[in-house]
Formats: sequence, structure tokens, C-alpha cells
Amino acid sequence: MNTVTSSHVPTRWERFKNSDLIYYFLRDKVAMFSFAIFLTFLIGAFAAPLIAPTDPYDITSIDIMDSELPPSWLEDGDERFLLGTDDQGRDILSTMLYGSRLSLTIGFLAVGVQLILGIVIGLSAGYFGGRIDSFLMRFADVQLSFSTMMVAIIVSAIFKASFGSEFFSQYAVVMLVVIIGVAEWPQYARTIRASVLAEKQKEYVEAAQVMGLKSMRIMFRHILPNCLSPILVISTVQIANAIMSEAALSFLGLGLPVDQPSLGALISTGFKYIFSGAWWITAFPGVLLVTLVLVINLLGDWLRDAFNPKIYKG
Amino acid sequence: MFTFLIKRLFQALVVMFVISLVAFSIQDNLGDPLRELVGQSVSEDERQALRDELGLNDPYMTKYSRFLVNALQGDLGTSYFFKRPAAEVIFDKLQATLELVFGAAVIIVFVSIPLGVYSAIHPKSAITKLIMAVSSIGISVPVFLTAIMLMYIFSIELNWLPSYGRGETVNVMGWETGFLTMDGFLHLILPSISLASIMLPLFIRLVRSEMLEALSSEYVKFAKAKGLSLNKIYYVHALKNTMLPVITVGGVQIGTMIAYTILTETVFQWPGTGFLFLEAINRVDTPLITAYVIFVGLIFVVTNTIVDLLYGFVNPTVNITGKG
Repeated sequence: MNTVTSSHVPTRWERFKNSDLIYYFLRDKVAMFSFAIFLTFLIGAFAAPLIAPTDPYDITSIDIMDSELPPSWLEDGDERFLLGTDDQGRDILSTMLYGSRLSLTIGFLAVGVQLILGIVIGLSAGYFGGRIDSFLMRFADVQLSFSTMMVAIIVSAIFKASFGSEFFSQYAVVMLVVIIGVAEWPQYARTIRASVLAEKQKEYVEAAQVMGLKSMRIMFRHILPNCLSPILVISTVQIANAIMSEAALSFLGLGLPVDQPSLGALISTGFKYIFSGAWWITAFPGVLLVTLVLVINLLGDWLRDAFNPKIYKG
Repeated sequence: MFTFLIKRLFQALVVMFVISLVAFSIQDNLGDPLRELVGQSVSEDERQALRDELGLNDPYMTKYSRFLVNALQGDLGTSYFFKRPAAEVIFDKLQATLELVFGAAVIIVFVSIPLGVYSAIHPKSAITKLIMAVSSIGISVPVFLTAIMLMYIFSIELNWLPSYGRGETVNVMGWETGFLTMDGFLHLILPSISLASIMLPLFIRLVRSEMLEALSSEYVKFAKAKGLSLNKIYYVHALKNTMLPVITVGGVQIGTMIAYTILTETVFQWPGTGFLFLEAINRVDTPLITAYVIFVGLIFVVTNTIVDLLYGFVNPTVNITGKG
């Protein structure tokens, strides 16, 4: 804590506490509520080994006789399994916790890959302009026109066919991170390029150029920090998208294997048993997935409004 | 205009060229056509001889140009599984996919335009708030979950609608359609709604925001000042001007819809191209995978090019001669 003198220097924490962002946040119930739910999911997912009733990866603890039990409050329900069990006798609640951990990990890492690709490509396109700009952006446009879902499906199909199913499922997490990262970077690159173009006009960049600083330094140390708010907004939306893409790929059987289920893979398993009336294998992971994506999207919407005073209360 | 046309067509050609390169690399690297042809019992010398004969040992460029020449003549190889030309297999299944996309498009048009217009005209009403809330949630629901939910409610619990397949179809001038039989039509309902659900939120918001913009424009104010009836202003003057962006976005989204048919068709076991593609991946049926990639690429490139060109024609303010 700084000593309080006549000229009080706020600490980082105080600056954060008094920022507009927190001000708006504390006055927006939807944002606070979404953030609370998101935080709960995040903690639940990453503390899964501690709080989950059973370990779905531990084959010895699974009994096939427990398979397809309905939730505990229904007839035939078993009180050991609050939300019922899946086709292999795994507790749904535990698989959901572990599954959302995988979904979130893949979502965050994939957005990390997108972020790196997007920043490097978007910054260089915006800063250097000219031929580099038109080539990179044309490339991004073309890839975007193909719909990220299609690109992700085709790339994972190619990966799966060329590496073989076995190798693919062994390294499924890495594969999915790369696939989703590669399929969805253009949105980042475009957003970053647009804000770099706006920043480039400003005097501080000119001043830095006149001082003879290297392009790299101006790009990453001067321009990039000023583009952070659009990056933050798009990141939330992209995390939601990445989680959705992962779920879709896993549902199609192009993602995580059955013994290591993510939310999408769980829904896919449940779908096979839906005709026998076992709705809970699909329903609970489905609700979790939708809620997760919804709160992230709501947070993204809120961030966009908070950073953009023009539409604020418009 | 003419330069724009040429530029756009040239770009489309370049993109198709890149797609063909990708598709060829898949075909060249995945699987061994020889194993599919002769099985295990042939000696190594014979295999080598056969490889030479089939041209599998040729340099990359020779192989690629041969592939390109064949592809341009519509020959995309023979499917390992169906033992028929891959292009033919895809065209057979295409009818089912197109009917699904058509059904979804009809739903999108007849739901999103009225809802979007309503919510723009009455921005404060409770129904508008409901529409916007449901469409926010709708964006967060993956298409396969909607599909499973609809299937569980309407075909398993209520038993009103069939759950999978196309049902009975009739042949009208070489086109197997499900629209003309009761059974086929019932089979179309759930898959079409599921496919439409993924696009509906986007279109409702788009129609709404375009309509809001139109309503705040000068010409609408002038029409009101002139004393025209409100209905005429809304539905004749404003709506007409919101349609242009809706049509262009719609055109681009047709490509995206094709991507989502893969998911919808998987859930409903709809015998279309998406389901075919997924089966081809699981069987490592390389020629079929390649053919599908080229085919989908073609659809995307053609729709995007047409939409761009149309936009250039309809809206001359678009910068068409410069860098665009």
C-alpha cells in the first residue's frame, strides 16, 4: 500500500476498482449474474477431481451393472448417482464436471492459438498495409466465406484420416485445439486489423516512428496495448464459439474419444440411447453446454456495450 | 463494373485452384489405391509394376495435372465403397440435402421477416423483448441439441412426427421429392426446423436492425409528414429497403447452411450429402472425401461470387473498381 501523501498515487488494484468497467459491471445485473455462473462453472470444472463424486476415468470404479440409471429422484434412481448414469455406468454428474473441464480447456487454448495467429497477422496487415495487407486479408476473407464450421469439419476429417483414428483420439485435445484455432483465426485478424488501422493514424505512432523505433516495437509495445478492448470483446465470443465447435466436432465423432468425453461427446453418447428413453444422458450435458455458452455470450455482449460508449444506453 | 466482374471471377478461379490443390493432396496422401484394388495377395514386384502403370510413381505435378484435367471433365474418381463415380454418388444424395435446405430457407423467410419487422415497429412491447431474449438463447444452442430435443419431444414422447429418414418420396422428372407425399413432408418438418433454428436468431436481428435503420431515415419521416398510412410506410416503403442486406446475407449463409446440414443430417439420418461425407470419413473413402470437398468449395465460391456481383449491380455505391 502506498503511503498516503498529498499527491495520492493509486495502486493497480485501486485503479481497477475505480475503473469504468467495474462501475458498469456493478450496475448491470445480467452481467454480474452471468459472471457468477461462469465462475461457478469454471471452478466446478477445474476442481472436478476434488468435488466429483466418482472418477469417470478410473475403470475399476465403474460397474456396468449401474448403466443407464435414471436421476436419483426418479423411480429406479440410485442415490449414489444424483443425475443418473450413462451407458457404461459412469456417473453423469462426474462425467459432466470432467467433460466441462475438457471443453473449457479446449476452448481457452484454441482461442489462445487464434489470438496468436490473429494478432501476428492482423497487426502486420494493418501496420504494413499495401500488398501484405491485401494478401493476408483476402486470404482471411476467403477462409471466412467458407464458414468456420465447414473448415473445422474438413480439417478434422483430413487429420483423422491421415493420422489414423487411434493416434487422433490419443492426441485429441491437441488436435482439436489446432483445428479450432486454425479454423477461426480470421475473425481475430480482421478485428485487430481494423483497430490497428484506426490507431496507426494517431500521433503517438507518428512520434514513435520519428524517434526511429523499430516496427516490431511500435507494433507490439505501442499499438497492441491500445487495441486491447476489441480483442477482449471478441475473445469472449470466440471462446463461446470454440466450445460450440468442439461440441459439434465431438458430436460428429471427429473430436474426443468415448473414454474421455467432453460435453459434446457425452451428448453424442446420450443420443444413441435416447430411443430407449434415457433422456438424462443427453439432457444434463446439453443444459450445461447451453448455459455455459449463453453466459459467455451475455458477458461478451455486456463487454461490447461497456467498451463502446456510443451505444451505451442508446 | 467490367473490371470488377473480371477481378471477382479471377478471384473465384484462384480460390477454386487452391481448393483443388487441397483436395488433390488429400487424395494423394490418404490411403493406398493399390490396396483397394488388389488386396494383400500380390507380390511387391507386381505392385511396383502396377504402380508405374497406374502412374502413381509419376512426379507430383504430372499427377496433379492429370487430376485437374479429370476433375474439369467431371471425373472425381471412383468411390471405394459404392464402386461408382464419386461425383455421381454426391449428385444422387444432393436432392435430399437441397430439399432440406429449401425447407429450412422457407421457414427462415416466413418466421424471421415478420418477427424482425414486428420487433422493429414495436421496440418496447413485451413480445419484442421475448423475441430478442429467445433469439439470444437460440444463438447459444448448438444445432444438434435443438435437433435431438425436437426429436425427443415430437417423435419419441408425443409420437407425432417421424424421427429419421426421408420417408416416402415420389419421382418428378428425375427428382426424388419428399414435398409431394404426406409421409415425405412429415419427415421434412423436424430436420428443416432444426436447420432453420441455427439461422433464425441471426436473421431476426438482421431484419430488425435494418428495419430500425429504415424507420429512422429521412424518407420515412417524410412519408409520415405527408400523411401516408402507417401500414403503407412500414410494409411498402421501409420493408423494401431492408430486403437488400437480408438477401445478400442470405446468399452468403446458404454456404453456411450446407455446413450445418452435416450435423442435422447426422441426427436425423437424412440420406443427404452431409451424412454421406461423414460416412466417407469413417470408411476413409478418399475419392468421396475429395469429391465432397471440391463440391462444397464450388458451392461456396459460386454463391459468394454471385452475391458479390449482384450486390455490385444493385448497389452502385459499393466501391467496385478500387481495391474491393
